[in-house]
Amino acid sequence: MYDFNFAPVVASFDQLLLGAWLTIRLSCAAMLLGLIVSIVCAWGKTSGPAPARFVINAYIEIIRNTPFLVQIFFIFFGLPSLGLRLSPNGAALLALVVNFGAYGTEIIRAGIESIQKGQVEAGTALGLSKLQIFRYVVMKPALRTVYPSLTSQFIYLMLTSSVVSVISADDLAAAGNDLQSATFASFEVYIIITLMYLAMSIGFSAIFAAIDRMAFKYPLSR
Amino acid sequence: MIRPFGWNEFLIIVMAAQWTIALSAIAFAGGGVGGLLIALARVCDIRPLRLASLAFIRVFQGTPLLMQLFLVFFGMNILGLAINPWIAAAIALTLHASAFLGEIWRGCIDAVPPGQREASTALGLRYYNRMRYIILPQAARIAVAPTVGFLVQLIKGTSLAAIIGFTELTRQGQIINNATFSPFMVFGTVAAIYFVLCWPLSLLAQRMENKFSRATQR
Repeated sequence: MYDFNFAPVVASFDQLLLGAWLTIRLSCAAMLLGLIVSIVCAWGKTSGPAPARFVINAYIEIIRNTPFLVQIFFIFFGLPSLGLRLSPNGAALLALVVNFGAYGTEIIRAGIESIQKGQVEAGTALGLSKLQIFRYVVMKPALRTVYPSLTSQFIYLMLTSSVVSVISADDLAAAGNDLQSATFASFEVYIIITLMYLAMSIGFSAIFAAIDRMAFKYPLSR
Repeated sequence: MIRPFGWNEFLIIVMAAQWTIALSAIAFAGGGVGGLLIALARVCDIRPLRLASLAFIRVFQGTPLLMQLFLVFFGMNILGLAINPWIAAAIALTLHASAFLGEIWRGCIDAVPPGQREASTALGLRYYNRMRYIILPQAARIAVAPTVGFLVQLIKGTSLAAIIGFTELTRQGQIINNATFSPFMVFGTVAAIYFVLCWPLSLLAQRMENKFSRATQR
């Protein structure tokens, strides 16, 4: 029978917490930057010129049909040969933003397309500028419609971010790798780490549900 | 000595795709069986079974695939089995696929109008016949598009088996990169092969989804 030994994991728990904190910061930063990319690309895809639409479509299809692991290898090992050298954490953030941007664009686009044309026409009739219409008439209700998909995409992003440990960024999974090579208690380390990821995804789901109740209180009229 | 990235290296990477395809096929077949069991457990009348299957899905959807791979990989050691990346990857991906397909298919079973179940019960069909002839065939039609969509996710997921040392497409890319030191070409090639595998499936899933939503919109 195998003797479980959690003592070294408990002794170095602060390292794991530090890793978890970086995972959370990395995911949140990637989500915010990725959302900007998504909104710009979704706008370009729905109302941009044809060449822009083609480039955006190519970007989405390439990212969605290749593994994140290969994307991060490409960014971390491939880009330096083009003269762009990034730190592991920088490359991790860039890869996550690029990855989230592709999925986010499709989500935001679906939200924009759910806005009825009459609403935009009403905005024009009220004399709003093109940017004002996009911000208040299209974007705000669109974000509400896609809020559930966006939040589950964020959870997925946070789980995917564990892959950045392979280029030795300082996230939770990498903290686990360091700890397991120091203690050889591999199974115990990864059980704890897995539970920490589970706790983070449950925690974020609860936070998002609370935000949903607060931010989208105004009634829907259809 | 640094080897140049040539035709031979390209072919070695292309050949490694067979292991990616084999691993995807095994995980998809195993996940199909497991997913059906999970989906049936999710909609059954026995409460503990429903809760257990829900917990299984939540755990696998709430933790990274990479950690699932590590746990199976090191867990095999604890059970006294020899560590074998090939088997560990196959088991972890099968469990992963079971959870995701189970959740997808539960949604499809729920999407079959409740009148169908009531009518078949009224006709005197018992559980097996009701599922086999009435509910599952209708759920299967709804399930095709999202299932193909998940297959793309699964193929991409097999790349993580590279981290536990199974030599599939991504790992072979790493090995070639270590010898040739031309990461731009190597990982560009690897990405292109994944794209060739996944893109047709993505298009197929998209097309079926559009067709299905047009057919049900009336």
